[in-house]
Amino acid sequence: MTGADELGWWGIVIAVLGGAIRVSTPYLFVSLGETLTEKGGRVNLGLEGILVMGAMSGYGTAVLTGEPWLGVFVAGCAGATLGLLHGLICNLPRVNDIAVGISLFVLGTGLAFFLGKPFINPSAPRLPYLDLGAWSSYPQIRSALEINALFIIGFFLALFLTWALKNTRWGLILRTVGDSADAATALGFNVNLVRTLGTVAGGFLSGVGGSFLSLYYPGTWNEGLSSGQGLMAVALVIFARWNPIYCFYVALLFGGATALGPALQTVGISSNYYLYGAAPYFLTLGLLIYSSSTKHRMAGAPGEVSISR
Amino acid sequence: MNAPEKPAPPPPPPDVAVAGMTKRFGSLVALDDVSIRFRPGTVHALLGENGAGKSTLVKCLMGYYRADAGTIVIDGRDVEIDNPKQAHNLGLGMVYQHFTLVPSMTVAENLVLGDEGLPVVIDWPRYMDQLETLMASMPFQLALDRPISSLAAGEKQKLEIVKQLYLGSRVLVLDEPTSVLTPDEADEMLGLMREMAADKRISVILITHKLREVAAFAGEVSVLRHGKLVGQGQVGELSHADLVRMMIGRENVSEPASRADRPAGKAGLQVHGLTVNNDKGLTAVKNADLTVNAGEIVGIAGVSGNGQTEFIEVLAGQRNKEAGEIIVAGSAYRGTREEIRDRRVFLLIEEPLQNACVRGMSVADNLAIRNFDRAPYVRCRWLVNRKAIRAGAMKLIDQFNIKTQGPDARIETLSGGNIQRTVLARELSEEVDVLVVQNPCFGLDLNATAEIRNRIMEARNAGAAVLLISEDLDEILELADRIVVMFEGQFVYQTPRRQADVHEIGRHMASHG
Repeated sequence: MTGADELGWWGIVIAVLGGAIRVSTPYLFVSLGETLTEKGGRVNLGLEGILVMGAMSGYGTAVLTGEPWLGVFVAGCAGATLGLLHGLICNLPRVNDIAVGISLFVLGTGLAFFLGKPFINPSAPRLPYLDLGAWSSYPQIRSALEINALFIIGFFLALFLTWALKNTRWGLILRTVGDSADAATALGFNVNLVRTLGTVAGGFLSGVGGSFLSLYYPGTWNEGLSSGQGLMAVALVIFARWNPIYCFYVALLFGGATALGPALQTVGISSNYYLYGAAPYFLTLGLLIYSSSTKHRMAGAPGEVSISR
Repeated sequence: MNAPEKPAPPPPPPDVAVAGMTKRFGSLVALDDVSIRFRPGTVHALLGENGAGKSTLVKCLMGYYRADAGTIVIDGRDVEIDNPKQAHNLGLGMVYQHFTLVPSMTVAENLVLGDEGLPVVIDWPRYMDQLETLMASMPFQLALDRPISSLAAGEKQKLEIVKQLYLGSRVLVLDEPTSVLTPDEADEMLGLMREMAADKRISVILITHKLREVAAFAGEVSVLRHGKLVGQGQVGELSHADLVRMMIGRENVSEPASRADRPAGKAGLQVHGLTVNNDKGLTAVKNADLTVNAGEIVGIAGVSGNGQTEFIEVLAGQRNKEAGEIIVAGSAYRGTREEIRDRRVFLLIEEPLQNACVRGMSVADNLAIRNFDRAPYVRCRWLVNRKAIRAGAMKLIDQFNIKTQGPDARIETLSGGNIQRTVLARELSEEVDVLVVQNPCFGLDLNATAEIRNRIMEARNAGAAVLLISEDLDEILELADRIVVMFEGQFVYQTPRRQADVHEIGRHMASHG
């Protein structure tokens, strides 16, 4: 109560900013993963399932071994496996990647709820964070500046991916395959293989994003954990124009929107809590309308991605 | 070519020959026992109509197809070429019209992509140095950091050539390279190829159906017809008539369309201040004014991508305009079904299978799309009279010589020429006041071409206002009473048929002024 009194409305701003950093991490990882997948020319709508599966398997591993980082790794591998499934099915002729993605979404969540039943009660060790706010006497500022390790990794990953897509052989090949399958075939690249690997890499990152949910914030495993973040990440990638650095910014924006409800609650505004809680969904709708156009194609969209054709 | 090192002076191009090449697709013999030698340092033209087997031959040579019989001999040795990579390793490179460039990438990125020794981390400064040096040795310049999507068709073609040279190809196969270029660009490009061949830097295999290009730029020529090699020789020793006879099997095609001498009537189609945006939201047609009178063909010449497609899409009602108006028969025209019917506006758009047909429907249904909801095709107001549709289709199929298994065959099973005939039959079967035509003969053989041009001329002679938009300048010169040049979305030049000068038109196709 005291902190909110002293900081006044600034308290909301600080809580939203701190929340943005905390909540944005899964958005960031999932959107970076989906950027890789879509740069290769496929859309994986099963991200939500991968996210939940990652959360469950990461949590379970951490509970059983006591090692949260091992949990992150296992979550990534679970995501990569689901990504591989998506990639292999889409390699078959006349298979639609959107339909496969939706079934993967249902499969992933169902499987996670089934396998995750035993882990609802036990508590797992949490992931570490950097405490950059120790200098402050305000608890709000201190809690806002607890920067989690995965967020920092995600930030550098966004920088790395931006660089790698331009400056590495693999980056060029991935973009070629995603932009023009004809050109890629003429150059002798194996289009299906590259796309499958892109989906696997995307699945790994999405799984890591999921482990954040259960191992850091909110930090438990339950069935309502994700609330559609994996699906919103698809919209996020479109708004970020398939650019990893923009993914970082837009993930922060989505994180801030998600943190709005809890932030208002800290200063005593709790009347329309659920309405504020819906802020990220409004944001998704608004951004999609804003970035759509009847007159021109989406700038920056990989040419082979079915949602932009 | 491996890491960025200065390449040694290149060896002369290899001596390539094919012997007894045969390729069948099911019961169709696409290539029948063809033997040709492509001597080093020559421009060797492969001449023939569409479907004569030219592309099949080079695809066998490049490893895209496996020939059913025959051998490839390079520098005296028999070689097996099973995939494009092997062909490339032997120094053979194909310059495509499009589709091997990645649209969202830059010129430099596209160039290094094909480099097999491309390291995991690309050392861009070194590569850029190397590419600058290569580009400096070219007679034309392309900025390395431009994205492909911003290049004009001619520039893409040049980039394809640079790319093949960068990758070390010594025998360049050019597949109809000039179809997307202005006459001057085409001459420049082919002249350059001829020069490089004369220097023994490369050999060129030029696939074409344009006699003018063969006569002006090739040293040797091989003529294919229906998959067979029907003639061969030094270009200097063959006359134009010889080549035509070899290519089509007889002296001449049907008579060119005869133009009735009639004064132009009143304005049929008018366009005032028309502005249209393209898919990217950029201005594609800028403040365009045009009048087409009854009994007149106005031909719009221009390199593709200068706003023709957007212009015609507005006339067809497929695209919204930003500003301006379209007037047909004296009042504003929006392309609704009633207006199309009442003012008798007919359209023959390019790629008819995509733009003017319903793929999965039968020939009869496609022929009836315009008037299936009017007498005599309607029964009891709401029911379609299938019998009448079928009978109407039979009549048109007969009248327009459409080769189909029957009125119930699906339209997509027909050949390109017959799809074009079907659409033509539908659009010209009634009285026509305004006819808009775009690239009507693209990809058709000489006979089908002559027939379709005749029909267009007949419509004009009968008093229709005809707007012809074509990338084929020869077609425009043959048909149009008045020629307008479209460049960057504007009509920049206009000339009546009698005073038309190809070079003047070509100059305006390439730039303002």
